[in-house]
Amino acid sequence: MRNRMMIAAVIACTSLAVLAGENMQAKIEKLVAASFKPGEGQDMSRLVQDETQKLCSATRNNPKAKDADALTAREKATIKYPADNKLMGDWKEGEKLVKGGFGMRIGTIEPDPPAKQKGGNGGNCYACHAVDAKEVAAGNLGPSLTGYGKLRGQGEDMVKYTYEKLYNAQAFVACSSMPRLGHNGILKPEQIAHVTAYLLSPESPVNK
Amino acid sequence: MKFKAMSLSVVLALAAPVAMGEASVEEYRAMLADKDANPGFLIIDKGEIYFKEKRGPKNASLEQCDFGLGVGKLKGAYAQLPRYFKDTKRVQDLESRLVSCMMDLQGFTEAEVKAKLYGDQRLNENNTQLEAIATYVAFQSNGMKIDPPLKHAGEKETLKLGEAYFWNRHGPMDFSCATCHAEDGKRVRLQTLVNVYNKQDIQKTMSTWPTYRVSHGVARNNQHRMWDCHWQMRTPDIDYGSPATVALISFLTHQAKGGVYDLPGMKR
Ligand code: HEC
Ligand code: HEC
Repeated sequence: MRNRMMIAAVIACTSLAVLAGENMQAKIEKLVAASFKPGEGQDMSRLVQDETQKLCSATRNNPKAKDADALTAREKATIKYPADNKLMGDWKEGEKLVKGGFGMRIGTIEPDPPAKQKGGNGGNCYACHAVDAKEVAAGNLGPSLTGYGKLRGQGEDMVKYTYEKLYNAQAFVACSSMPRLGHNGILKPEQIAHVTAYLLSPESPVNK
Repeated sequence: MKFKAMSLSVVLALAAPVAMGEASVEEYRAMLADKDANPGFLIIDKGEIYFKEKRGPKNASLEQCDFGLGVGKLKGAYAQLPRYFKDTKRVQDLESRLVSCMMDLQGFTEAEVKAKLYGDQRLNENNTQLEAIATYVAFQSNGMKIDPPLKHAGEKETLKLGEAYFWNRHGPMDFSCATCHAEDGKRVRLQTLVNVYNKQDIQKTMSTWPTYRVSHGVARNNQHRMWDCHWQMRTPDIDYGSPATVALISFLTHQAKGGVYDLPGMKR
């Protein structure tokens, strides 16, 4: 009896918490709608959250195990591969993408200049990772990738994992801080293959 | 107010925003340990002039603006913002309050006030009048404790919304504010990131806004910082004084409660 009451109480509490969570989500959506104004140069579609962004926001990046599994499975299913299916591209091209931090900035105040946009987006990896040991201006939101291929191996499994991780970080880690670079259209499949080569190739400065 | 001329080398160094690491900022700070040499003081002086100048269709100054402590009471007002205002029926920070005063007292339209928000550092522009005025009003709380009120239901709700929005992930980078500002010792490249859940850290941050941004060559206010981080998140431009920026500033300010304003700040 006591047990049952406790269970009932727990259920009541969790559903209340869930309700409060949904309520807050709705309020945040209203807040966002009231705080960005549509107009030239403002891509409002960027404010629309997908299921993954919603869940990670509501749980502060700490979803329940069951929801985390569903999330990673869903994200894994989004992964696309280059037309020629070659997951190891040209590491030199990859190096440029790893160094580049350019792209995707919009609005009317300081949008990326159209002329420069033609060069495409960078991967912005140094914002969060140490990569080539010679580059000291490296952030630490993510783990160091220095020596990545040498340490982790360069076999087929690692190639596949690395490509997929870069394409969609959340296919492996639910609510990761790392942007879903391929899925969100920041880098194209061929470019991700170049970055994969940069991380894994024995010739790459990453592994020297 | 005194303003000591900076040595030419400092001025030249300040004018070179390229790739400035944390180390060089420390050097500036050392060079400018003499607080009177903060170029922000010049902007405060200008802000005072604009504040008292009769402007707009109603040809009025902003001296009758109520920042929460009563009409015309500037001393300590910023230290108790954001707060709920009865006349506008919403919680406002310093800058959204300025916008409503410019509309009510001076007769500007919202579009006119917001037509040019920020001096553009890429074009070496000076601060806009709006920026200078906000910097001036904030400075009137220098040396005072950060003490935003939390009595009105609106203030409590805004604080809650601010924290929830802080964790809201959106945009092509999947970022929320928390991605970069919820852990100790984190950096984006060489730039150290404030952890808003670390009391000392956030007090140090909030007590030094408005701040003279060396890499911009102008003073910046909270609204600009909110816009700047959204810009990095690759969202559309967040609206000046919008409910979301006010909620965020409210959350950050409450996290920093008890810190002491040390204005104007000076940062990268
Ligand atoms: C906003 C920060 C951020 C950016 C930008 C970023 N990452 Fe990450 N990355 C992380 C974080 C945090 C992790 C650890 C959590 C995880 O595995 O998802 C991570 C994990 C990784 C891993 C997995 C490491 C392992 O041990 O398995 C690889 C590989 C990686 N990142 C490569 C890159 C590359 C290459 C780029 C640029 C194209 C990049 N990241 C951009 C934050 C970032
Ligand atoms: C991708 C990382 C990133 C995200 C996401 C981000 N910021 Fe920032 N934030 C930065 C960087 C970089 C700086 C500048 C640090 C410097 O100049 O040393 C900064 C500076 C700040 C500062 C001033 C810190 C100080 O000490 O003066 C505040 C306040 C702030 N951010 C709040 C926010 C808020 C609120 C959000 C969400 C809307 C946000 N940030 C999102 C990277 C980020």
